[in-house]
Amino acid sequence: MSANGNLVELEHLTKHFAVKQGVFARGTAQVHAVEDVTLAVRRGETLGIVGESGCGKSTTARLMLRLLDLTGGTVRFDGQDISHLSQRALRPLRREMQMIFQDPYSSLNPRKTVGQIVGAPFAIHGQKGAKTRVQELLETVGLSPEHYNRYPHEFSGGQRQRIGVARALALSPKLIVCDEPVSALDVSIQAQILNLLRNLQRDFNLTYVFISHDLSVIRQIADRIAVMYLGRVVEIGDSEAIYDHPKHPYTAALLSAVPRASSTGRERIVLTGDVPSPVDPPHACVFHPRCPRFHAGHCDVDTPQLRDLGPAHEAACHYPLEKWPMTDDEIRQAEGADRIERPHLEGAAHDV
Amino acid sequence: MSDDQLLLDVRGLTVRFPTSDGVVQAVSDVTFTLSRGETLGVVGESGSGKSVSNLAIMGLLNRQRTAIAGEVVFNGRDLLTLPPEQLRDIRGKDIAMVFQDPFACLHPMYRVGAQIAEAVTAHEDVGKNRAWARAVELLGHVGIPNAKSRARDYPHQFSGGMRQRAMIAMALVHNPSILICDEPTTALDVTVQAQIIELIEAVKQEFNIGVILVTHDLGVVAETADSVMVMYAGRIMEYGPAREIFDQPQHPYAWGLLDSMPSVEKRLSALVPIEGSPPSLLAPPAGCPFHPRCRYRFEPCPVERPPLVAPVPDAHPDACHLPWEEKVREGAKRSVVRLGDVA
Repeated sequence: MSANGNLVELEHLTKHFAVKQGVFARGTAQVHAVEDVTLAVRRGETLGIVGESGCGKSTTARLMLRLLDLTGGTVRFDGQDISHLSQRALRPLRREMQMIFQDPYSSLNPRKTVGQIVGAPFAIHGQKGAKTRVQELLETVGLSPEHYNRYPHEFSGGQRQRIGVARALALSPKLIVCDEPVSALDVSIQAQILNLLRNLQRDFNLTYVFISHDLSVIRQIADRIAVMYLGRVVEIGDSEAIYDHPKHPYTAALLSAVPRASSTGRERIVLTGDVPSPVDPPHACVFHPRCPRFHAGHCDVDTPQLRDLGPAHEAACHYPLEKWPMTDDEIRQAEGADRIERPHLEGAAHDV
Repeated sequence: MSDDQLLLDVRGLTVRFPTSDGVVQAVSDVTFTLSRGETLGVVGESGSGKSVSNLAIMGLLNRQRTAIAGEVVFNGRDLLTLPPEQLRDIRGKDIAMVFQDPFACLHPMYRVGAQIAEAVTAHEDVGKNRAWARAVELLGHVGIPNAKSRARDYPHQFSGGMRQRAMIAMALVHNPSILICDEPTTALDVTVQAQIIELIEAVKQEFNIGVILVTHDLGVVAETADSVMVMYAGRIMEYGPAREIFDQPQHPYAWGLLDSMPSVEKRLSALVPIEGSPPSLLAPPAGCPFHPRCRYRFEPCPVERPPLVAPVPDAHPDACHLPWEEKVREGAKRSVVRLGDVA
């Protein structure tokens, strides 16, 4: 891959965290937070990363910004390998990459005025004339310049998130990572922020990495989507492809689990059990203990790699779905897999 | 539904919190009924009074510090005037509650089984062993595998979904007739949420109870509720059968909520947010509380509060001044917009 249309390129990105284990915390174990993630973020697009809690989506984003050190793999930003740059060397790059956080209550310092908060990036990077710039920014995100001297507690959740957006925009970054930016907001406010982010992207030619557990929000904002499970990307592709023709059984289960306002005669694939512990992830395909298409002797032996399953659509599954939607019975009957017996039922014993 | 199926009759429930800044008008004039086998969905944004009204029904608000008016009639008795000892006999026994955060609701240092057994002995004079056996039975019932050994686990050994199952087991201890679920799936992942929703539905069918489901998630309500109450600023804006609320909503606030909700089925060309933010309950707007954010407001809205009545005989009640013809016209326009919205 070259630095053509891609702003960020991740290759075999891996992050393990050490945790203490056992009596008196003598032993250590590794949490496999991100395991062998390879993906690219194209200029001007919104890449959605979706998955359940603990799937590694936030860790991936933090590695991308080098807010965490890598265990393995490489991160390239704008053509430059930043995997092992020192924090000092990263500094000039920091203004190109910004982040918007989930909780607008804890991500703003309550003792600073809005002007100080939004002006902080200018101060850090030694830029002058901050006040007028800050007031312009406040207007850009739908606040008023008079808010300059107010404190965060005087604002509602939606307005606070706008302050966070203004701060991220301050240095005209190329990339903004939005980590669950609307999860803490009510639905009517959530729509305001999503529309704002979309307009800003158009006006400032921004690239977004948008992390969310909410599949409806991701559908609304993302051009391409990466579905993560237990630290791995299990499916990636154009938004329409992922939502209309999911190939990985996990994606299908996620989609079918979303409650919708217009539900009429839809069958839900209810996954049994919970996500296994990332300290000791399952062998081979990490999804196999919960998968309705599990094939003993294949899925638990051979690790599936991401492979092309359509234009701009990859999934890591040995038995990708033939069509969508599917009933629960159909999903269990993978093509070319007639001889396989159903999963061992004792597997269900240690989960719900 | 016949009268013997009626479980709960709430009339004019009003909750006020006096604070140093003024009186918070948390819930105003809330009237609804709940029958056996019914799931009532209560939707609204944060601060709309949906949780507070349920806490008031459960008698969980401090009566000294709260002004509560209205009637909550259960089994011919008004829960709001019942002496605390008698209320305690009903609460947790006939009316049980499941809260949002299963992490905060279980004591971290007691075994899960012991906590459920404690709920058994709270209302029933049984020995420890019998109580424990009942706890194990209920854990199995709500889908915890190996209930016998898992009952000896501590809460941290349970996953989020299992903890919520344990909370539901605890609520079921005395075969309640009403189960109040306050955001039961908000803290859970979507695949686990689906499991818990199905469990609540199964429990409702099996025990033939009434369920009040409080949530901000319109999708959850659409899938489970039989009737829906839309709340805003402590008041009911619209109340009716779930299908009607989602297919032919009548109140501009309900339109706003549905239009601002992104869909997993298609990408909408644009979300239509409700401008502004919810009002402070210290000084809610005069007239219709929604009027400052409403695109359809006209002369009477800021002056006169619309009553919650059915605008025409076969419609469900809403609290809006807008003439019925206009609602029908706007409703038709909305469905056209939604259909043409595939981006």
